[in-house]
Amino acid sequence: MLRAPAGEPLQVRLQVNGEPRVVSIPVHKTLLEVLREDLGLTGTKHGCELGECGTCTVLIDGEPVLSCLALPAAVQGRGVTTVEGLETAEGLHPLQQAFAELGAAQCGYCTPAFLLTAKALLDEEPAPSRQAIVDALGGNLCRCTGYLKIYEAVELAAARMRGEDAEPAWETLYGES
Amino acid sequence: MAKAETMGPASGGLRVVGRALPKVDAVAKVTGRTKFADDLFLPRMLHCKMLRSTTPHASIVSIDTSRAEAHPGVHAVLVGADLPIPYGILPVSQDEHALCPHKVRFIGDPVAAVAAIDEETAWEACGLIEVVYDVLEPVGSIEDALDADDPQIHLYGDGHNVHKAVALEFGDVEAGLAEAELVQEDVFFYEGSTHLPMEQHAALADWRPDPAAGAPGNGPPAGRLTVWTASQTPHYVHRALAQVLGLPAARIRVIATPNGGGFGGKSDPFNHEIVVAELARRTGRPVKICLTREEVFYCHRGRHPVLMWMKTGFRKDGSITGMHFRSFLDGGGYGSYGVASTYYTGALQTTTYPVPAYRFEGLRAFTNKPPCGPKRGHGTPQPRFALEVHLDKAAERLGLDPAEMRLSHLVAAESVTANYLKIGSMGLGACIEKVVVASGWKRRFRKLPEGKGLGLACGSYISGAGLPIYWNNMPHSGVQLKLDRGGGVTVFCGSIEIGQGSDSVLAYVVAEVLGVDPFEIEVVTADTSLTPVDLGSYSSRVTLMTGNAALQAAERARELLVQAVSEEWEVSGVRVAFAEGRVFDVEDPERSIPFADAVVLAEGKFGTLGTVGSYTPPRSPGRYRGAGVGPSPAYSYAAAVAEVTVDLETGEMKVDEIWIAHDIGRAINPVVAIGQVEGSVYMGLGEALMEEMTYRGNRNVVHHHPSLLEYKSPTTHEMCRIHTFLVEDPDPNGPFGAKEVGQGPLLPIPPAIVNAVYDAVGARVDEVPVTPQKILAALKRKAKGEAPREGPGPVPEFDWPAPIRVPTPWEGGDGRALEEAREMGRGGVRAGAGGGVGAVTGGKPV
Repeated sequence: MLRAPAGEPLQVRLQVNGEPRVVSIPVHKTLLEVLREDLGLTGTKHGCELGECGTCTVLIDGEPVLSCLALPAAVQGRGVTTVEGLETAEGLHPLQQAFAELGAAQCGYCTPAFLLTAKALLDEEPAPSRQAIVDALGGNLCRCTGYLKIYEAVELAAARMRGEDAEPAWETLYGES
Repeated sequence: MAKAETMGPASGGLRVVGRALPKVDAVAKVTGRTKFADDLFLPRMLHCKMLRSTTPHASIVSIDTSRAEAHPGVHAVLVGADLPIPYGILPVSQDEHALCPHKVRFIGDPVAAVAAIDEETAWEACGLIEVVYDVLEPVGSIEDALDADDPQIHLYGDGHNVHKAVALEFGDVEAGLAEAELVQEDVFFYEGSTHLPMEQHAALADWRPDPAAGAPGNGPPAGRLTVWTASQTPHYVHRALAQVLGLPAARIRVIATPNGGGFGGKSDPFNHEIVVAELARRTGRPVKICLTREEVFYCHRGRHPVLMWMKTGFRKDGSITGMHFRSFLDGGGYGSYGVASTYYTGALQTTTYPVPAYRFEGLRAFTNKPPCGPKRGHGTPQPRFALEVHLDKAAERLGLDPAEMRLSHLVAAESVTANYLKIGSMGLGACIEKVVVASGWKRRFRKLPEGKGLGLACGSYISGAGLPIYWNNMPHSGVQLKLDRGGGVTVFCGSIEIGQGSDSVLAYVVAEVLGVDPFEIEVVTADTSLTPVDLGSYSSRVTLMTGNAALQAAERARELLVQAVSEEWEVSGVRVAFAEGRVFDVEDPERSIPFADAVVLAEGKFGTLGTVGSYTPPRSPGRYRGAGVGPSPAYSYAAAVAEVTVDLETGEMKVDEIWIAHDIGRAINPVVAIGQVEGSVYMGLGEALMEEMTYRGNRNVVHHHPSLLEYKSPTTHEMCRIHTFLVEDPDPNGPFGAKEVGQGPLLPIPPAIVNAVYDAVGARVDEVPVTPQKILAALKRKAKGEAPREGPGPVPEFDWPAPIRVPTPWEGGDGRALEEAREMGRGGVRAGAGGGVGAVTGGKPV
């Protein structure tokens, strides 16, 4: 853990979305605040700032972490991935594409956290069962979707990431008949 | 992004409407580009914190802000006296102040506000403000509120702590009950719950002085105010700011940022919006506030806890002979939408099954708790729960299958109900049939092993309120369309995107009419300076009302293009058609020009191209006082079957599966509509199983759990499988036949689940949430041979006002009350045009 003299700002180095960043911050500032306020990465949201809702999830070296509870000093030098880091010059990440196609993002406020949590799952397990998705996303609250379109989007993205030529199921888009 | 023409089926010649397209803002939402209110930062921005009451009911003796003002980094401190003008969403309930001037009415009621260089400093300064309270006895329940010995919370209303008491009678209910072969009487309770949007409310205000301002001694400086806020109703915030700040509305610009979830919780003008505006004006600097999650619980305006009594007469075939319904709403500390909520608890009982005679009595009590208001379904999930469980019991006593009983007695399409609601399309029968078949209802209901159960329920909801919140005769929704010579189309509308897809609906409708790709259309919404008024994202009004306004604007634009192109081609206008970004001659398909060329022709002929469209709902047939709540251009319908598993030892319960069919009229975008159905089912599931906005303390006024951890809401682990069926029974009043889908699908869920619990365990729980404790209590009574029921006891005694008596349409009524008709006959008083909130808001306090 980095330490700074009492009352002095702390210098923290982070690899944010693959880019080296250095910030000088009060020691008690959270990673959430640093990302949003010092680095301008407002794609990371907050719903409680108490570690209860999962909305502020980012990846630290690929692992989902609640940025509202993480102190930058504790992640010195490590890689931070935020939603802004998912899209590349080639286009959207398959998860982003699938969330967009299926309406898995309604208000979109919890979406960055769901995308990153799902990415961590798929990086670990390319063909997760529905139950594995339910378990992985259990710490993220969404009030709009009822989660179902999110599961379906994760499954669609997973199939595409495995190289399959997957399209959404008819029932997903048009309902049962 | 997929293009319109590459996806999905077209139906009825439609190219965009009816396809499962991504929303136009989908990419912004999945990449973090969408700017929510708290994502906005302005140079020199100050931060605001509010000091809130720590006591539920007290007079304010004094507030000393001197230490806070002297605190380094503090730029301004406000107290109630600085913003003395009251406000409130309904003109009849102007009972809120931005900061309490004299009295606090719940724990969390704000008394002071600070603007400082950062949040920490503002919060430290709040801690330096000294408030002396003269504590009053708090009022914690409906029973307390009806006790005249308790202190009075407000000095207006329908007596002591009764905010509103209403009584309406349509036809002769006693006669109806007298001819019944079965009279069913029940008491139900529906617990309060909160919206819990993932986004905490936030607002940012910026003040720009006039060039000539600043001469000292000439009163407050003139300037312009801009407020960005997470609001579902920027138009009403605009009005409230003008009223409280004493500024001309023309000097105020309200921009509603995309809401990170609304569900009704961001529909009132809020104290924090007014406070940051005033702080920006005083400091000359931008001021932002973002509420903490705990503060969001205190903003509330959520589901009213409602105690209900109902008595209904049935014939042996299950038809209803008469219904008498009473509701008691625990309103919390302020009026909010409460008068409308009260009427809504009695309004939609008549839209599903014919009710030949109907009496409704409802009251809303003031209590010292955060104010209740509109949450998804606004005032109707509670009575719908009561009605659908009540019907389940009656069906059993009559020996009828509850699905068959409902199917045999459906309100007719294109009819008028006892309380003068005009029904258009009515697809409930098709909805019931869908879920009955899909769930295997006929072979499984009452036949599953003990601990497993199936339950069915229905619902119906408005597609927009027929009357505005304040009385006026202007459109409810306006759209402006701009065409530029490059072929660009921009849609301007005051509607506000809260995740339901309202921006997309505008693009889809315009794209359909003009034959262009919806993703090429620029949509500008929710900015009171740029966009024509739309009343807001509430009452499930947006698709129908903005859709119709957009349709009109787009058709007018198409007409200009047709005139220009047909003149150029020297053909009749009927030959000019629009598709795939081109304009065609239908009789010579080889002849076509790009859409942009058509715009150039039209601009050359007419000058700068712009059109407008507007929508005003049709006038409702109801003319009695109270008729303002319930009318809608169209009603959606839904039916659901729930399957549950109950552990008979522990009372633990799980919802395994839900089948739901929703009559949406027409799905403008099916995948977005299904998302609304699934989201509604989820929220209904939460209310049925776990969500409780409850209080503790000796007077039951301290919030039990103002946090996301302890306020239980369904996670992925509690969510069940959902089978969604979209039933399309197009309504003549909807754009392309569309009706609502954002709220209606919630309504059948709690009663379907509660009916399924009965099927599983043979004991009734007559309230939600259905907790394991309640199931066990009911099972214990069953084991002891007592009535197998857990639920509320008798409702309180109350001296109801004499009902407004309105003859039904089948008694020859004309929508007016007997008394009014008599007065009209004497050539006297004007009939309450549109009564209810409309008339109520017309400056006639009731």
